[in-house]
Amino acid sequence: MKARVHVMLKNGVLDPQGAAVRRALGTLGFEGVEKVRQGKIIELDLADGTTEDTVKDMCEKLLANTVIESYSIELV
Amino acid sequence: MKAAVIVFPGSNCDRDLEVALRDSGADVTRVWHKDSELPSGLDFIGVPGGFSFGDYLRCGAIAAQSPICKAVVEFGQKGGYVFGVCNGFQILTETGLLPGALLRNAGLKYICRTVPLVVQNAETAYTRGYEQGQVINIPIAHHDGNYTADPDTLAKLKDEGRVAFTYGENPNGSADDIAGVLSANKRVLGMMPHPERAFEDAHGNSDGQAFFRSLVEEMVSA
Repeated sequence: MKARVHVMLKNGVLDPQGAAVRRALGTLGFEGVEKVRQGKIIELDLADGTTEDTVKDMCEKLLANTVIESYSIELV
Repeated sequence: MKAAVIVFPGSNCDRDLEVALRDSGADVTRVWHKDSELPSGLDFIGVPGGFSFGDYLRCGAIAAQSPICKAVVEFGQKGGYVFGVCNGFQILTETGLLPGALLRNAGLKYICRTVPLVVQNAETAYTRGYEQGQVINIPIAHHDGNYTADPDTLAKLKDEGRVAFTYGENPNGSADDIAGVLSANKRVLGMMPHPERAFEDAHGNSDGQAFFRSLVEEMVSA
């Protein structure tokens, strides 16, 4: 089985990289891009039977810094 | 004074920190990250700058989970003195020993230059060698030094005198110009600037010398 973990900066935490991407899109002529937030996706290959709770534990302990980041888990 | 400097794969300021401490009179041991026990009778732990574990995942995130960091956190929680500089600061926030987090610099660039710092609390073991409000020049060298914390935490840090240093001119977007923060008992300090790189005349600037001298003096007289 696989899990896909999405990690994003929390709302309210400034994302200078997202802002730079937004400006670059504007420079390229793409209009109407109001906001860009950049995050990351972490894919995990897991032994069958690994629970979502275990993945959640991984997120809390290492994969996300919950002071500044939020995460969501997708089991695939 | 018995000090330990932790060494991770990718640390690159461990020797500088060791020299600054030893030159100030401390007995220094370097400790490898895979060790799970600290040398006995320690007074102080230094967590050095560098790029531990290649800054993979997040700066300091993987180092914070290393076996030795459990012991470092316990030492800090029991009232031990722990100093994290640059990547060391990032590691200490990742362990939760210090509040907040370090984000990518607001200008997105790696910054390597000497900057003015304002001493905001001169009544700690680390800062007694300076005057309150004194401006000192200390080098920074980081890509992720943009300190952030929630508004309540920022207010609390300010009220409790836990902002040790602020930037004279904010180089990285850090909240409230914060360059260094202290734990509630003022014994754990994390800062992005490198006082160990401004320690002797050969560095071209010795404004960081008073930092280590006062620290070692405090430990020896304690």
